[in-house]
Order: sequence, then structure tokens, then C-alpha cells
Amino acid sequence: MPFEEMKSHPDADALLAANPEYLTAVVTDRGETTLIVPAEHIAAAGRILKSQQEYVRLSTVTGVDRYPAEPRFEVVYHLLSLSRNTWLRVKCKLPGANPEIDSLTGVWRSANWYERETFDLFGIRFRNHPDLTRIMLPDDWEGHPLRKDYPVTGTRV
Amino acid sequence: MATKEIVGEEIINDTLVMESPEPVRPKRMILNMGPQHPSTHGVLRLQLELDGEIITWAKPDIGFLHTGIEKEFEAKTYHQGVTLTDRIDYLAPLSNNLCYALAVEKLMQIEIPEHAQWARVMLAELTRLNSHLVWLGTHAIDIGAMSVFLYCFREREDILRIFEMCSGQRMMTSYIRPGGLALELPRGWQHRVKKFIDVFPSRVDEYEDLLTNNKIWIGRTKGVGFIPVEDMLDLGITGPMLRAAGIDYDARKAFPYSSYEKFDFEVPTRTENDVYARYLCRLEEMRQSARIVKQVVDGIPPGRFVADVPNMTLPDREKMKTQMEALIYHFKIVTEGYRVPAGEVYQVIESPRGEVGYYIVSDGTSKPYRCYVRGPSFGNLQAVPKMIEGTLIADVIASIGSMDFVLGDCDR
Repeated sequence: MPFEEMKSHPDADALLAANPEYLTAVVTDRGETTLIVPAEHIAAAGRILKSQQEYVRLSTVTGVDRYPAEPRFEVVYHLLSLSRNTWLRVKCKLPGANPEIDSLTGVWRSANWYERETFDLFGIRFRNHPDLTRIMLPDDWEGHPLRKDYPVTGTRV
Repeated sequence: MATKEIVGEEIINDTLVMESPEPVRPKRMILNMGPQHPSTHGVLRLQLELDGEIITWAKPDIGFLHTGIEKEFEAKTYHQGVTLTDRIDYLAPLSNNLCYALAVEKLMQIEIPEHAQWARVMLAELTRLNSHLVWLGTHAIDIGAMSVFLYCFREREDILRIFEMCSGQRMMTSYIRPGGLALELPRGWQHRVKKFIDVFPSRVDEYEDLLTNNKIWIGRTKGVGFIPVEDMLDLGITGPMLRAAGIDYDARKAFPYSSYEKFDFEVPTRTENDVYARYLCRLEEMRQSARIVKQVVDGIPPGRFVADVPNMTLPDREKMKTQMEALIYHFKIVTEGYRVPAGEVYQVIESPRGEVGYYIVSDGTSKPYRCYVRGPSFGNLQAVPKMIEGTLIADVIASIGSMDFVLGDCDR
């Protein structure tokens, strides 16, 4: 079980100082920090992390499917601060039925394609995204291949 | 030119407009560049809207090479997954091997012998040379300097021979594996690498003689492909492109892995932020890589090529014939694979193109629960519209050539 701590992490403190509801948990595992943020607050939390904590780069956005557990989806963001030389992982949990989360394109423009990719492969919808269309697969593709109930080979069951 | 011109809707609309008394809008043409265009280096499709020779709007279309590698990872053991990493970026297979191996080792929390770490550094730097040589040759051909290509491929052949000598393969090496290397470095490798690396810096001078002061080269590249630095960070550009804009971010220095902190090298930066600066940056990187390889050849510490973790790395052939446990471990590793403790890691390395990242989620079994690959080409290509909108169509080739993308890495 990863070691959990709720205090003395500067990024966590910054989020808690802005609004105690912006943070659910801090997980430190193998030297990497994960902040778990409620999905409805991701845009606000992202803005704070960028402006106050100097996370100028959003490296990736991706998803994890925990099927059949609930909440089923995790949206994972990796942030890099060049001036502080640190990495940060931010995670949001989403339900299996109609997974939807705010887009971060307004905070980091690089989120654009990564969110399209996550939408394409996981079927997670990003609100306020400027162009939420499939990016990897053809537009008429059915299903979202990286979901765990999508088979690796053969016909769909 | 294999470019296919498509008369877009705009023009059809214009003809309708012309019949009406209202003023005629300027004629815009939609041009489809790719996916089979020779200078898009793979299957990138660019939709360009042109006003005369000026690009007013651009949209890259990717995904033609999507092969579902991330999905396939979930069906393969950690050991089998190495072969998939080769195929992500076909110009830098060893960089991807290395990043994947480091991520799995971080999950397992094992240390590998220093000898293997240094060998990995050498292979990663030779891969950087290999990739930069292909980039330089093809970029020069795109712009019109044909002969550079032949010189670059002469040196690349030497590097591929070294890879073949080590792993038996020229390109899909799968040589760096979680736990160390696949095989011991072959007898005589030091001599072979030294012979190559001693002449290589003079070969870089040769390329410079051909291009650096070449008037046509300067005319085609200087002041072309500019993106403001803030936009570069915001759009997620990494690698030599970012360094040519004056930001000295290099994962080898910022987050040293595989004992890079023990090597003496510089991170070249420029401030001009154009195609020419990116060219100079990459050439200087080649010289620095050659320096690192030389340090490895001269000072590699003796030791084993693979970590001694019985339940993860395959035992020696000799032990298997004499020891019961070794035989059991071998059977278990080969049939069901080694188990990786639950958890998640994100490991980044500096590949020739920029930041490669592997995000691996393990659920405690012998197959990754999720393996996400951050390809540098994907991040960089997002900035294409920013770079070429408002510029001349003739500069598109030079601009996108300076990005040095690999579509396999982008689409995965």
C-alpha cells in the first residue's frame, strides 16, 4: 500500500490554501507525488498549479480504466516545473457512466491533442474543448479501444 | 511533387458568389499535403488554406500509423513488451528500450550494475547520433542539398553495424531490457566503437563545410519556423527545438538517469529559435554525444551486464545446467513472466527528438495494467499550425523538417 501523507507538500499546500475542497489526497510512492483532485475542480486547480507553483509544462494527459471497479476512470496529468525542477502527477476519478471532465486547454494549450487522444481511446469527454474529435482512429470508428471491456483481438463480445 | 490539390468548398462558394452582385471574396485554396508527400517523412497529412502563397490556416491530421501499441502492452508480459518499444520510434529504438527498462526497474525498485548503466549510456548516445544523422540527411534533401544525405548514411551504416554486432539486429534491437542488457557486449566492441568515434567529430566538420556557410542553406533556413518561447512551453515542445529557443532543459541534466551525472558534456543552446539554430544545435549535440561515447569507451567499469535479481533476470546458462533453483526461475520467468509490485511510475528520458515518457501502472501481475507512451513527436507536432500559419508555403518543408518527427512515435 502506498504511503499516504496529507501535509508538508508545497503543491498540496498551495491547493489547500486556495480552497480546501481542491484536494482529496496526496500519495507519495517510489519518489513520485500524486495529487488526487476532485474532477469538478480540475480547471481551477490546474490554474493555481500553473500560476503559483510554476508548472509551466503539461507533459501528458491520459487515462486509466479500472473496470469493473467504480469510479471506473482515472484521468492522469503529468506536470513539469522547469524552475523548480520537479514533476507532479495530478489525478481525477470519473464514474463509468458518462465520464466527463473540464478541459485544461484554457490553462495549457498542449492539453488539446492529449485530451483528444484520451477521448478517442477511452471515451472520456472534455467539456469546453475547442475540437473534441477522434485523433488516432477514423471518425466512424465504434468503441474506445483502451477500455478494458474492449478486446485485444478478435470480434467484440 | 506528389502533392494533391483539392479544389475546396471555398472556391465552389466563390463561383456562386460571383454571380451575385456582392463583392468577390479573395480566393482561398485548400491544399492537401500528404499523407504520401515525400517530405512529410511518413504519413502526416497537412491541410493548408492558402491565400496566394501565404498559409492562412493549417491543420495537421495524424493517426494513419496508429497500431494500438498501448493496448498491446496490456496483453504482453513486461519482458515481451520490450519488442513493442522498438517499434514506436524506428529511428531511436534503443532510447525507447532504455526508457521502458528504467520505468520497469523503478517499479521493481532494483539497481542495475554500473557496467550495464554505462553501456546503456553509450548505446543511447549512439542512437542519438544515428537519429540525428538521418534527420540531417533527409532535412538537407528536402531543402535541396542532395549530397549531405550520402555522407550521413555512410556514418549511420557504421553505427548500425555496431548495433548489429551487439544485438544481432540493425534496427529493432530490443537490446536494453528491464534488469540490464539482453547479452554481454561482444568481444572487441571497444576497438570498433573507438575507431568510429575517433573519426566522427571530423565527419561533423565535413557536414558543416557543406552546409553551415552555404548561401542557399542559410537563405532557406535563417529566420524560418519561428515560434515564441512562451508558446513553445505552452504547446509542450521538447528536445532540440526547445533548446534552440534558449531553454536549456535536457532530461539528462535535469533528472539524471542511468548515471548520466558521471559524464562530462554540455547542453548546447541557441537563442535565434529558427530552423538554422535548430540545425546548429543538433550538430553540436552530435559532437557532445561523441564526447560521451568516448568517455564510456575509455572508462567503463568492469562488471556484469545484468542485475542479479533471481526472480526477474534470466539465470546464466551454466547455472541452469547445474542448479535446481536457476532452472525453476528460468522456467517461471519464461512461461508466466516476472511479477511487478503494484504501483505506478512516470519515467522520462531525453531521446533524440525530445522527452520520451513511459507511464506504467502495475497491478501486481506479470503484465502491465496500463502502459502509456509519451512520444516527443506527438507533443511537437501540435505546434505545426503555430509555426507555419502566416508564412510562405515554400517554408513549410523547412519548418516541419526542423521538427524531426517520426510518425510511428506520434501515432503509436
